[in-house]
Amino acid sequence: MKIKLEKRPQPSRRWLYLSPILAVIVTMLAGGALFAALGKNPVEAIATIFWEPVFGEFAFYYRPQLLVKGAPLILIAIGLSLGFRAGVWNIGAEGQYIIGALTGAGVALALYPMEAWFIFPLMIVAGAAGGLAWGMIPALLKVRFGTNEILVSLMLVYVAEQLLAAMALGPMRNPEGMGFPGSRNLQEYPSAHNAELIAGSGMHWGVVAALIAVIFAYVLLGRHILGYHIRLTGQAPRAARFAGVSPKALTLFCLGTSGALAGMAGMFEVAGPTGQVSIDFNVGYGFTAIIVAFLGRLHPFGILLAGLLMALTYIGGEIAQSNLGLPAAAIQMFQGMLLFFLLAVDVLTNYRLRLVPRSEAAA
Amino acid sequence: MDLSSINPVLLLASLIVASTPILLAAIGELVVERAGVLNLGVEGMMITGAICGFAIAVNTGSPAAGFAAAAVGGAGLSLLFAALTQLALANQVASGLALTLFGLGLSALLGQGYVGIKPPPTPKLDIPLLGDIPFLGPVLFSHDLMVYLALALVAAVWAMLKYTRAGLILRAVGENHDAAHALGYKVVRVRIMAIAFGGACAGLGGAYLSLVRVPQWTEGMTAGAGWIALALVVFASWKAGRVLLGAWLFGGVNVLQLNLQAAGIAIPVEYLSMSPYLITILVLVIMSADKSRAPASLGRVFHASQ
Repeated sequence: MKIKLEKRPQPSRRWLYLSPILAVIVTMLAGGALFAALGKNPVEAIATIFWEPVFGEFAFYYRPQLLVKGAPLILIAIGLSLGFRAGVWNIGAEGQYIIGALTGAGVALALYPMEAWFIFPLMIVAGAAGGLAWGMIPALLKVRFGTNEILVSLMLVYVAEQLLAAMALGPMRNPEGMGFPGSRNLQEYPSAHNAELIAGSGMHWGVVAALIAVIFAYVLLGRHILGYHIRLTGQAPRAARFAGVSPKALTLFCLGTSGALAGMAGMFEVAGPTGQVSIDFNVGYGFTAIIVAFLGRLHPFGILLAGLLMALTYIGGEIAQSNLGLPAAAIQMFQGMLLFFLLAVDVLTNYRLRLVPRSEAAA
Repeated sequence: MDLSSINPVLLLASLIVASTPILLAAIGELVVERAGVLNLGVEGMMITGAICGFAIAVNTGSPAAGFAAAAVGGAGLSLLFAALTQLALANQVASGLALTLFGLGLSALLGQGYVGIKPPPTPKLDIPLLGDIPFLGPVLFSHDLMVYLALALVAAVWAMLKYTRAGLILRAVGENHDAAHALGYKVVRVRIMAIAFGGACAGLGGAYLSLVRVPQWTEGMTAGAGWIALALVVFASWKAGRVLLGAWLFGGVNVLQLNLQAAGIAIPVEYLSMSPYLITILVLVIMSADKSRAPASLGRVFHASQ
């Protein structure tokens, strides 16, 4: 007997929803095996990662963290998903996130110590504009010269990281910081602080922005002609061109939007949970958001759930790190595995597995 | 600033060393792309090779064993990509990204006990007579075996693609997989072999970083070298000879900016460190005008039924 793949006439709706769940389960099993190989109790490790933060003894502390970590992931992934649907591959969200943080914090640091209501909104605009500008570099180069946006957007991540270091050590360094690298702490600057809206809930303006982005993307994709063009371009590029869709305009829109959203995410992070521009400000949200986008099936509500799940692995991973001594790298690998298994089980969405006898397979 | 402190002989000699890791990774990826597969996981395979090679070299005391292990590690990881894209017919861009994310995590996990250790030195070949030639001797003939192996590999790939039947089949598969399938060539098998070759080369390149160029292990030490290798393939218009030229260009930029840093030029270090990435973008812009050289089936999914 031989396994044969048979293309489905249409993607299976059932497997569209089942495959992410199956991927999570398989990842848990493989992750358990990995943790066991590292000499940890696999059941305890998996429970620590997925159960402890939500239902454990200290859940009151961890639950707000879920929103804090989930918001940037969701915000970035929503932007990425628009491009991924249309075949525009922005994988430099990490760089756009850094630049958004720099421009947003830059506005605050330039206006310090002035107190005014308009400072925070101005920072949001600046953060979005910074990310937008950084995202437009690969977009414009692609439109004008046909340059590969994957490579350019990724190269710009390294450029942004160097720029971040230069800023933290140079122009944005705290003048009262006794020479230590890093900017003033924006948490101590009331007009610029992205504080919790309800104390102890973890709910800050970034979470609000993420929810708005989810709804916005849902309406755009389901109800607006632009969203239709995005989906059409992804599924049938030639048909889209005959229908009058401009691939160039779409490239600019997708990279610009995802850049602006990633920039906003960076700004909310630097003004809130992190507080300051420092050399190690970015922690890879821009890359993890790629996993979130695919795990959420590029669908806004799916991304919402996937973002929370990914946030859970971050928080649970930290708990497992301190309680069980599980290395941080194991969690990183765990997240990478998730994308692998997701892509692997996705074959079931588009193909049917059939067992055929050897003789027939040879024919 | 003292530019006279930059010695041109040392500069050129270190250019050759600096270009070797990306040269190895790029020549492997070139073969993969000529077979019609776009593997964006070069960075992940490189860093996995870097730690596999480092760990084995430290434990056995033999750099040669380390390089062999790096090739095996890189090829092993690339087979995951092959399984995803060739057997499960997954999207190549997404699978390549997954490979890179996974490889970065895997290498960090494997490398935990190896931070701050010095690897056994890789011996330099002291070629008699040739090594004594003034200027050319130290620039060209005073390196370790891997440098020459990388150059030989480029020549071998060039000759294989141009003159052999295997090269012809590989190119046929990359240009039009349906036609190649109709002629009876095993498209999937050819591609899996190409992917494994690319993985082994990327692994070797990574090990060259951790064993010779740096030489030590730090998390994320490849710092985009794998992506630069991918850009190099575009730069080279999918031609083996031009990969060599590109690798020297990037190696040269990197060595030059490091030398300028050391010479204390009045530009902050961070801005100099950006230059290899900015040059890569610039080169991509210049080279992208001519897209005609890209293998026609690059990145497309092959399924025999269609």
